This record gives sequence, structure tokens and C-alpha cells, in this order.
Amino acid sequence: MELTRMTAAELSAALASREVSAIEVTQAHLDRIAAVDDRVHAFLHVAADSALEQARDIDARRHHGENLSPLAGVPVAVKDVFATKGLPTTCGSRILEGWHPPYDATIVQRLKQSGAIILGKTNMDEFAMGSSTENSAYGTSRNPWDLDKIPGGSSGGSSAAVAAYEAPLAIGTDTGGSIRQPAAVCGIVGTKPTYGGSSRYGVVAFASSLDTPGPFGRTVLDAALLHEAMSGHDPMDSTSIDAPVPPVVAAAREADVSGMRIGVVAELGGEGYQPGVLARFAESVELLESLGAKVTEVSCPHFRYALPAYYLIAPSECSSNLARFDAMRYGLRVGDDGTRDAEEVMALTREQGFGAEVKRRIILGTYALSSGYYDAYYGKAQQVRTLIIRDFDAAFGQVDVLVSPATPTTAFRIGERADDPMAMYLADLATIPSDLAGNAAISVPCGLADEDGLPVGLQVMAPAMADDRLYRVAAAAEAAFTRRWGHPLLAEAKGL
Amino acid sequence: MPITRDEVAHLARLSRIALSDAELDHLAPQLDQIITAVAQVQEVAAEGIPPTSHATGLTNVFRDDEPTPCLTPAEALDQAPAVEQQRFKVPRILGEV
Repeated sequence: MELTRMTAAELSAALASREVSAIEVTQAHLDRIAAVDDRVHAFLHVAADSALEQARDIDARRHHGENLSPLAGVPVAVKDVFATKGLPTTCGSRILEGWHPPYDATIVQRLKQSGAIILGKTNMDEFAMGSSTENSAYGTSRNPWDLDKIPGGSSGGSSAAVAAYEAPLAIGTDTGGSIRQPAAVCGIVGTKPTYGGSSRYGVVAFASSLDTPGPFGRTVLDAALLHEAMSGHDPMDSTSIDAPVPPVVAAAREADVSGMRIGVVAELGGEGYQPGVLARFAESVELLESLGAKVTEVSCPHFRYALPAYYLIAPSECSSNLARFDAMRYGLRVGDDGTRDAEEVMALTREQGFGAEVKRRIILGTYALSSGYYDAYYGKAQQVRTLIIRDFDAAFGQVDVLVSPATPTTAFRIGERADDPMAMYLADLATIPSDLAGNAAISVPCGLADEDGLPVGLQVMAPAMADDRLYRVAAAAEAAFTRRWGHPLLAEAKGL
Repeated sequence: MPITRDEVAHLARLSRIALSDAELDHLAPQLDQIITAVAQVQEVAAEGIPPTSHATGLTNVFRDDEPTPCLTPAEALDQAPAVEQQRFKVPRILGEV
């Protein structure tokens, strides 16, 4: 079997039994990147040399009989928001062009320790602000289903890499939907773990109370394997939860929903949602019911205010976080010709170093936090956040998980929303509530929309630290859908 | 109109972003549209509802103050735009040269 078509679980087994070497697996993916990435543009940096070096090390250790972890020798693509020692980290921004971090993010360190092969850094919307990768300073990634369509964002390079078989696994970050939306529109699996379940240390900060690193895979089990390897308490992140990682791999293997109570969120659907998305979602609900789940409708009345609350909270936090890009200690410095003072150099650097969306959000956040407006905007948004958490608490008092479409539409055309911020923001309509509440959510492929033949994602949401429920439900749906379709959904992708 | 072009220019100055006139013309109406949309939060009856800044409910996290290895000066200065005498070299910060 072609190595790049294998799942991470299959590669793991083949590597463990020495049917293939880590060098062969890594080289096959580097060859695939060389063959297709000029069209997909998923990668900003391919780390061929260090990947092959890591692979040689894994092969040598396996040869000496060392007991290795399941991901040893399995390649992973890393969103360019994660600090990687010795590899460039741009966050999709000109202001960090050429920056080489002096340390690894905790998650990158953990992946390396588990023997996963770091293939390279993937494209993203600048500072993770966007839903299409069109806000990247380094060009737009393409959707492997249709190269004229967006791959989602902000982790669109990671989703495109996995859907284009350039990597079996990838990591991203989800602040308002930046893992689940790209996963949904590329027809793969993506998880936003519980906030605090995966470390933010070494992740370039966008909105610190929301940013959550998580996994992408082509199957639910693959995502679970990566989820388990990357997660867990990190003393370097003061918001990290000191508790065991939920048993996500076991749940993905069990894939049993019989007797589970599943709630359909009344407010996430209907107006603003594409008919083909709603049709596939309705089918998914019927499918879960046929597998023995008990389905009811639940109401979360404050979810309709999640989007406006998010677009106050996230920009407010970003306006503060991005103040660190001051042209003094690292990154771009513009106009330092001896005539300008530090403030002028700072303002010129930020003018040239940041793109339009980043500027919009910094200014919006500065506005929302300014005295006189604070109570009406940021303060009110924080109260709405409380009400959304209460809606979730009430819902999870009745059901085990909640479901909805992951996105209101399938992948849209590149350029269609590029200069229409409000239209772009709507891509996060269904994903934002879980970010605000800090709970766990996944997107799993549930079919193709009739009107455009593009993939649709089913979102499953679970209470904080009940991430295993996501995998139980998603794996059950995946197994039943794959039986019905006769093959994985991605087999129908025709863009490449 | 909740936000004017002049206010956007003021906010850009506070944010240390030297926006050009053309950018101001472009961004000001977009920000106006966004602020109108997000102002929906004001419709919510939220009297007496406590604000949430963070969803985990964690408060302060403490650790013992023990020395651990950290970056060397060379590593810390490696990515600096300008360095002098093992320090970050910055443009002047006061009004006079």
C-alpha cells in the first residue's frame, strides 16, 4: 500500500513490526509534498533534513530494541504558530519573517519525545486570525477537494496537508473554530480539546483565554492518537489543567453510542446555514439514533450572542497580546535610521509588519477596552460568556453530548469573502460557543453537500475534560458512514 | 455611526500602528460595520450576571522558586534586530538625541 495513503494507526503498526522504516515513511511524505505542494501550498517551511535525521534516529533506536511510543516514526505537520527550535516560525506574519525561536513549544517537545517526525511548518491566517488562510502574508493554501476553494482557517495549511496526503497528522490551534472549521471543509477530523487540556507554552498568543492546540487526522482514531500524545499537564502553562488526559484512544476504539444521550442544539442551524449542510447534519442525527443513541432537541438561547461576544473578547485579548511585537527584541524592525525614536520605529514596524485583519482586530480590541466603552463592550461580552457557559451547563444536565453542523457552509471560493470581515466571521458561527465555554468539540466528516459536492462536518461537543465522549460519538458515526459509503469520504476528493 | 475616521486614527495611534490615509479610508467603515454588529451584546439582559474572563475557574498557580536552566545571553540576543555590548540595542526613547 502507498505509504502516504495509510493512516497514522496503520503506519504505527507497520513501523512497529518493521515492515517499513521511519526513513521510508518520511521520504514518501517529503516526496508527496514535493509533488503536490506547489498546488496546495500547505507548507511554509519543509524541514526535510531534520525530519530525515529524526527518522534515522528512530530507526536506529528501534533496531536496538528500544520500546517506542505509538507515534514513533509517524510524520506530523506543525502549524506555524508553534515555536520550533531551529525552524522558522512566522505565524503567517511579515513581522516574524526569518524568526528562529530559541526553544520548542511544549507540544512540539512532546511530539519529538514520542518520536513523531516533524515534517515542517504549515500555513495559517496571520496570528491565527481568519477562516481561509487568505490573511497569511505568504499566500493562500488551497482545498484539496477543489483548488479554487479555501481550505478553512486559521489552521488551513494543516488541514490541507492532511487532506492532500502530505502528512497523516497535523497540529493546529482553535480559538474560535480554527481547527474544526478547516477540518470540516477539507473532509477530515479535527479536535478542539478542553481548554487547558493541551499546553499553550510556546504557542504564539492570539487570545489567551481561548487558544487551544489540538490534532488533525484523516480518521477519528488517528486524531485520538495525536490528541493523547500532545496533551496533558504542563507546569509552563499556568492555565494547564492538572488532571489525567481523558481516555480518547480507548473511546475511539470502542466507538459505541448505544444508550448515549445526544442533544441537537436548536440554535445552531436554520437561517444562515447552507441546505446541503443541514441535510447531511439531519442524516447524521438519524444515523446516531439508528446506532442506539437517544436524541433530543435542546435549547441554548444565548448562543446567538456568541459571535458578537467572541468578536469583542478575542480582539481585546489580541490587542494586548500583540503589543509584544514592538520591534525591540526580536522580529522585524523598520525605519531605525538614527532619526526616529523608539515609538516611531514601533509604529512603522507594526504598520508594515501586520496585515489588514490583524490591524482591524488590534484597533477593535483597543476600542472595546478603552475607558468609556469598556462596560458596554468588553464587560458585556464577558457577561454573555457566563450566560453561554450556563446554557451549556443546563444542556449537559440533560444530555451527554451536543451536536450541530460544524460550519454554516462548505468551503467558499478564494477571494469571495477576503475583504468582507463580517462575512468571513460567520464561518465560526457554530464553533465559537465551545471556545467561549472552554469545553471540548470535534468535527468529523458526514458527507458531501448536494449543491457543490464539498465535504460537510458534524460537530460534537462535550463537557470540559470529557473529550473521550467526542471520540466515542465521532468514531461511531465514522464507522457507520464508511460502511454506507463503501470507502472513506476523502477517497472522493478530486482536486489533485 | 458609532465610530468615526478620526476615532480610528486615534485608536491606531494608541495601538502604535502608523496607518496610511488610504488604509484609514478602508478600515474605518469596516470597523464601523463590525462594531455595529458586535454591539448586539448590549441587547442581552445581563444585570447581576458575573463576568467570565476565563473558563477554567483556575485562580493563581504557584510553584517553588527554584533555579532552572534558561536561555544563555547569546541565545536570548540571537534574534534581536540590533545588539551592542550584550544588550538589546534600541532607538532613542527620549525626545532628544
